[in-house]
Amino acid sequence: MSMIVLHGRKVVGGVSEGEALVTRETISGWGGIDPRTGKVVETRHELCGVSFKDKILVFPGAKGSSGWSQYFHLARLAGTAPKAILYNRTTTKVALGAVVMRVPALTDFDRDPLSIIEDGDWVRVDADRGIVEITKKSS
Amino acid sequence: MKLTDVEQGMLDGAEGAAVQKAMDLLIRYGEALGAERLVETNNVCGTFVAAGPMIREFASKGNDAIFSEFNLDSTEHVAMPPVKAYTCHLIMGIDSEHPEMRQVSEDAARVQTEGEKFFGAKGINMLSTCTPYQVGNVPVMGEHCAWMESSAVIYCNSVLGARTNTEGRESTGAASITGRIPYFGLHIPENRHATHLVDVRVSVDDMMDWGLLGYAIGEMVEEDIPVFRGLESQPSLIKLKHFGAAAASSGGVEMYHMPSVTPETRSEEGALGGSAPRASWIYGPQERRAAYEKLNSTASSADVDFIMLGCPHNSIEQVWQVARLLEGRRISPNTSLWVFTPRALKEVADRSGYTDVIKAAGGHVLSDTCPAISRIMPKGTRVVATDSAKQAHYLPAITGVQAWFGSVADCVEAAVAGRWTGGLR
Repeated sequence: MSMIVLHGRKVVGGVSEGEALVTRETISGWGGIDPRTGKVVETRHELCGVSFKDKILVFPGAKGSSGWSQYFHLARLAGTAPKAILYNRTTTKVALGAVVMRVPALTDFDRDPLSIIEDGDWVRVDADRGIVEITKKSS
Repeated sequence: MKLTDVEQGMLDGAEGAAVQKAMDLLIRYGEALGAERLVETNNVCGTFVAAGPMIREFASKGNDAIFSEFNLDSTEHVAMPPVKAYTCHLIMGIDSEHPEMRQVSEDAARVQTEGEKFFGAKGINMLSTCTPYQVGNVPVMGEHCAWMESSAVIYCNSVLGARTNTEGRESTGAASITGRIPYFGLHIPENRHATHLVDVRVSVDDMMDWGLLGYAIGEMVEEDIPVFRGLESQPSLIKLKHFGAAAASSGGVEMYHMPSVTPETRSEEGALGGSAPRASWIYGPQERRAAYEKLNSTASSADVDFIMLGCPHNSIEQVWQVARLLEGRRISPNTSLWVFTPRALKEVADRSGYTDVIKAAGGHVLSDTCPAISRIMPKGTRVVATDSAKQAHYLPAITGVQAWFGSVADCVEAAVAGRWTGGLR
């Protein structure tokens, strides 16, 4: 079974694994997700209606309201947060959101996770060591 | 991160448990950003009172607990000290003075009133608006700020030339009692140059034009910094307020340059800092139409129940415009019309007679909140009309209603007729 390994920069430490949920579209927090269900609610978003609860969320970065961190903070308190997050573009919104979500988080990868990880792949994130191990769903 | 002696002291507990928690959060956050140090700030705009429906559920634990969890990211509850930096409160959950908003329990209203007293006593100014720059907090060029509220952040950076990233509830909480924020992003002069060029090839003049331009370019440049070419008309506060709010909704724009309008540059080359733009975009009639269609994509029924004006909160000039459009008229019995303006400007609207004109027509002038924040609309609302690109973007996602976007005149006509007849002109 083949495993792909990515290296990134630690944003929030910790180790976690789970099924990948991947989007190429940036995510809004306030007005973009429902923390009660962990679902994306932005009407024209490709993940609208899909829940990130217990997934390894792979996305380009954050957009929209400054309520980003607060909404993902509420998701943690409601038990709907993702298990880990992997993103490309560092902004204050996504960095603060990762910190208060308190889940393993990585960014600044040696290869673009959006071109390698697909929905349903099994992903193990060791944020302390900056390593992402991907087992493809198809393999 | 490198800390000064004073900052190290705060982290070591020299200024008490809450300041220690705040410094711990700022360091976790700074490291997540890859920042090397903190910067002093004496201008913080944040959210403290338990306003949202989910946070209210937490409110029984008291305001120190709310501050600890939501403003310091501390599971351990510590007592909030007086603020160290000048701090203003942004928009709230309800307008407690207006029965139209009282669709929440007495308990929720009490939570807000008690929260205002608690945080007010700690030194937080209850401006209670998304537009602090309209009611007294006008930072000067170069001032380091720690602001939440994406529409205020883009205004602060671009129109005023002050420096802030889009902060969050937790980071502004930590900044309020430490006077520090990570030195990152738009605090650093080199990061304030334009990276993208937007070539405007269609006339951008009235409020709706500015909203459409903002909504279109937010999707184009996302978090990048655009410089504009080809803008001919002189914008005003209200046009840039609307433009920025739209750009920060469809994208994450925190800063833009309009040579000879915004203060940090007089030329396109200056805005770009001598580099070539990483990408260029054209905004023409097609892009304008696409923005209009996206903003109206949730609407199918022309039977409008609710007209929402004032996102971001209306200036007094805008309240006056609404009053002029409504003077001597009466809105349809099937519609409600709410106009939002900061409480301090509501006072001016009252004194100037605008509130009476709007009330006589069947509308209401409200403050402190908005339907997207409060999730409160007139009972039974299915179809909204608004002159705000931001509200048209968010309300359908947050509350499931349909939303029409148009000019303020289109919205007032919809209020009077009970039917949407607006369109792109």
